Amino acid sequence: MSTVSETTHDGAVAVGAPAAPSADDGLSPAQLAAKYGLSVSGARPGLSEYTRQLWGRRHFINEFAKARTAAQYTQARLGQLWQVMTPLLNAAVYYLIFGLLIGTSKGIDNFIAYLVTGIFIFTFTQNSVLSGVRAVSGNLGLIRALHFPRASMPVAFTLMQLQQLMMSMFVLVAIVLMTGEVPDGSWVLMVPALFTQWIFNTGLAMIMARLGSKMTDLAQLMPFILRTWMYMSGVMYSIANLTAHAPHIVRILLDINPAAVYIDLMRFALIDSVTSAQLPPHVWASAVGWAVLVGVGGYIYFWKAEESYGRG
Amino acid sequence: MAVAEQQTVADAQPAAAGTRVPTVIVDDVHIVYTVYGAGTGKGSATAALARLVTRKSNPNIRRVHAVKGVTFTAYRGEAIGIIGSNGSGKSTILRAIAGLLPPESGKIYTDGQPSLLGVNAALMNDLTGSTNVVLGGLAMGMSQEEVRERYQGIVDFSGINEKGDFISLPMRTYSSGMAARLRFSIAAAKNHDVLMIDEALATGDRAFQKRSEERIRELRKEAGTVFLVSHNNNSIRDTCDRVVWLEKGELLMDGPTDDVIKAYESHSGK
Repeated sequence: MSTVSETTHDGAVAVGAPAAPSADDGLSPAQLAAKYGLSVSGARPGLSEYTRQLWGRRHFINEFAKARTAAQYTQARLGQLWQVMTPLLNAAVYYLIFGLLIGTSKGIDNFIAYLVTGIFIFTFTQNSVLSGVRAVSGNLGLIRALHFPRASMPVAFTLMQLQQLMMSMFVLVAIVLMTGEVPDGSWVLMVPALFTQWIFNTGLAMIMARLGSKMTDLAQLMPFILRTWMYMSGVMYSIANLTAHAPHIVRILLDINPAAVYIDLMRFALIDSVTSAQLPPHVWASAVGWAVLVGVGGYIYFWKAEESYGRG
Repeated sequence: MAVAEQQTVADAQPAAAGTRVPTVIVDDVHIVYTVYGAGTGKGSATAALARLVTRKSNPNIRRVHAVKGVTFTAYRGEAIGIIGSNGSGKSTILRAIAGLLPPESGKIYTDGQPSLLGVNAALMNDLTGSTNVVLGGLAMGMSQEEVRERYQGIVDFSGINEKGDFISLPMRTYSSGMAARLRFSIAAAKNHDVLMIDEALATGDRAFQKRSEERIRELRKEAGTVFLVSHNNNSIRDTCDRVVWLEKGELLMDGPTDDVIKAYESHSGK
């Protein structure tokens, strides 16, 4: 017999004995579940309930992002210093090639600051997409072990990228100051520019997370798509200069590209020679529009498949 | 007998039905995994291209039918052991009950949110034990205050600091026994309505095993229903009063612990 048992078990009585009549007899499992108010396990909650749950997990998301960032560098002797070193070395490489070796400026004043801004801002979106693709498929162990709104994963990974970008921004500001820019009122615009880009990236990461959870080949394909996107986003050249004689429709398409929009805004905020005349029309409207469209749309798109992420 | 017993369970258990409240109903559940990279990988690139052209299905993607039509009902106050040989679908069915793995067909109804005892996947070996206590607690859904309150209790229970200040070292420096103790301590810090334990009993040294068995008994008292997956028939006998026997994804037998374990042991030739 079971030696330690605080509970009584009636099933033992039933074995081999004819079934005694009961009120629950003849009920199908679904009816039985309804009678005792049981709910379907793992069912997807409504959108507002889901949002509430996600908000309830904000400390976990924050702690997870912090821990993942810290874990990246624990094997390196310089540790967290690499968060600053990586963008610094990146900027140094671009300075070496474009500033010293090629000596190109392509008709742009303060080309180094212009180039480094473009690269850092595009890297933020690029890394959000890349980590988003693997946010669900790379964390199946966690997803199959514990209960939490799955959107926590892409949100946490984008938060990691935001934190990395903040480190890059210190480097960027130092470079911009060294190249002779003077801080002025327009620097405040960095905040709304970064905020809208962050919302946009989070939505994009959620879209990529859902796609990546079903299409495992996406992780291999993404670097090529992202490189194409980078070359179209005016990271290393000025879209305005290039498209001066291009057809109207091409100019509109290049100007409305969200990566170009966020890069333009950051350059406008930091670099004096980039004036509002060089910005495409309605640039703030596009920045906010992209953030709302992709942020909200990506969130709903991700939520729609919430219950299926554990299957892999 | 196995057949008769299955039927009685399927039709809602008869005796004293008035007092029996179901907490988990598993209704004809099938679970299918999709596994990538199952093929040999020989001549992959050309073979993959040929498949694209001929539109044959990829042999590298295999579907594994892990659970095939399992039906049972668990009631409040029961402790149910789940036994079966390796790969019989025990852990899979627990994950499905917890709502972590969606069934291919069939339904699982639960009372509240069942939780799987285990935080292994949330922990990071590169980080210190104390960071992992916080991270694991938050991952299980505790609030920041709860984590702060229970932090010392978790560390003391794990006994990690008995031989010096090890909790502030990265987890990768722990011995496997120490890591298992810390994992169990974090996982067992929370109370659950429907509690599921996946072979968590056999961790650590003898003293810690005793402590963890006691803790599981406490958790059982607070929990409505307990599921325990284990290969250790003794720990099943000690903890459970009903046993479900799965084999190759099918429910072979469901009944009182002694009967099922006896049949299981004669089947596996012990």
